[in-house]
Amino acid sequence: MELSDQIAQYLVSGLSTGAIYALIGIGFAIIYNSTEIINFAQGELVMLGGMFTIFYLNTLHLPLPLAILLAVASTTAAGLIFERLTIRPLKSPTPLALIIITIGGSILIRGITMMIGGKDTHALPAFSGSEPILIGSATILPQHLWIFALTAVAITLNKLFFQYTITGKAMRACAVNRRAAGLVGIDVKKMVFFSFAISSSLGALAGIIVAPLTMTSYDVGIMLGLKGFCAAIIGGLSGGVGTVLGGLLLGVLESLGAGLISSGYKDAIAFIILLLILFLRPQGLFTKAQTERV
Amino acid sequence: MFSKHREIFKFLSLVLVVLITPLLVHEGYLLNVLIFVGIHTILSLALNLLLGYAGQISLGQAGFFGLGAYISGILTTTHAINPWIAMLAAATIVTTLAFFVGFPILKLKGHYLAMATLGLGIIIYIVFNEAVDRTGGPSGLSGIPNLSIAGYTFNTDLKNYYLIWTFTLVAMGLSLNLVHSRIGRALRAIHDSEVAARVMGVNARVLKVQIFALSAGLSAIAGSLYAHTMTFIAPASFGFNFSVELVTMVIIGGLASIYGSLLGAALLTVLPEMLRAFQDYDIIVYGLLLVLMTMFMPGGLVKGIPELFTSIRARATRKVKTDA
Repeated sequence: MELSDQIAQYLVSGLSTGAIYALIGIGFAIIYNSTEIINFAQGELVMLGGMFTIFYLNTLHLPLPLAILLAVASTTAAGLIFERLTIRPLKSPTPLALIIITIGGSILIRGITMMIGGKDTHALPAFSGSEPILIGSATILPQHLWIFALTAVAITLNKLFFQYTITGKAMRACAVNRRAAGLVGIDVKKMVFFSFAISSSLGALAGIIVAPLTMTSYDVGIMLGLKGFCAAIIGGLSGGVGTVLGGLLLGVLESLGAGLISSGYKDAIAFIILLLILFLRPQGLFTKAQTERV
Repeated sequence: MFSKHREIFKFLSLVLVVLITPLLVHEGYLLNVLIFVGIHTILSLALNLLLGYAGQISLGQAGFFGLGAYISGILTTTHAINPWIAMLAAATIVTTLAFFVGFPILKLKGHYLAMATLGLGIIIYIVFNEAVDRTGGPSGLSGIPNLSIAGYTFNTDLKNYYLIWTFTLVAMGLSLNLVHSRIGRALRAIHDSEVAARVMGVNARVLKVQIFALSAGLSAIAGSLYAHTMTFIAPASFGFNFSVELVTMVIIGGLASIYGSLLGAALLTVLPEMLRAFQDYDIIVYGLLLVLMTMFMPGGLVKGIPELFTSIRARATRKVKTDA
């Protein structure tokens, strides 16, 4: 295979993992914008999406589409219970307390999943076969297409929701100024609840559509979550295009780095980018410096 | 408030307890657990100076601990350098590194700082795994020599116990001194309000970086001690989970409490030994402890237990009053 063919191949796989990072990153951004919390348990919700699907599919023998729907619903419920039990009762929600409590929660979710589901790695069947499709000189799997399509749909729906529904607008108001939003009669706590619901379901979706490609187990959440966060940081913690571009950029750089430089250091690439962005452009790559994001 | 005599008495009692414990504990296994309590105390102390006093989180402490261990390990095995010099080198290199990384990192606050230190820790961890020809990769580095003084080698559990605890007590003594000094007050001022501290003339930026470097250097010394006591190191000991474990120790023992660090480290070292039967599930206990402590006892055990007693006593006296 020639170098240009290889690069085309890396681009395809990079863009598809990038789409996953983008979904997770948007989840981070939505919660951050309505609560100023970075939910360290976001990655675990991604993991739960995949694991719940495996459970409904293999243990309850449900058909795949139903299993996926139920898995998204279950993960969303888990995210909401998490918010109710840990974040909401917190008496003094300092950033430090929130960091520690969401880390504690993520460990708990991971541990419970391991206790119930075991430590095995599971593969989800591809949604529609695994016959590679040849595009030019690169091959693309049907699952890649599913990832692109479902990510695009989820992001579009998300955008429409925030742009045109009254709840979406209320949530955006909370993101701008929580107190002011409360003053004009917006139920801020309810909006926080909604933001956890949306980001849990986005996370679950990400975990489900990536599982046929990369397998899933109780401990995939840490890395996926961190890389989603990295995508969100590149995008300046925007709930929209910025984070999507951030995710795609990260996915492609990682894939090229792993292919052309060293596969062992693949995971380090994301963190080096994360540190560089935080040091040099904490407001994200695509936004002008305006608010102090620190 | 801080009374000097009481503080000295407290510290000397601890020294005494440390000295006589081996007379009561002969078993190698228990001594080994106590050696780990000592190492973990240094580590949680190092983190507590940063997290508890200056209010700056680090989720990458395991990385500095690991760097100390690996620098010591590589220098003594591959380059046959004296272990003491290796330890000094480890401490110097890691402190310097942390000092320079500290400037951009500590500009960040809250969640951003947490993520940046976490990222740094993970990068270091990946290097331990991938630089196979230097670190031995995932299978680790063995044959690290014990420390020795003039032909006297620390090669038994008992000798290592005294060696490690000497370091631990010195670290505790110096930390007590530090937090009761002008610097300690400046750190607490930064914790409460960085802006106010700056207005009062505290050079917050440099002080935060200095304490970060000190914390990293102290962790590196602990790492070096670990390497020379265990004579074998592998990346698995220096991962993200261990960084979280260290944060748990500090939170459970008590933020901004030197003795709390000892208590937290002791609890979290002894507890897993008792939970051996549960094997991998000890991580659930950590998670639960972190969540419950943050919710119900944010001051840690050192502050939480006395508060509990006072509230119980207050309730009891109130009850007596209403009964009468």
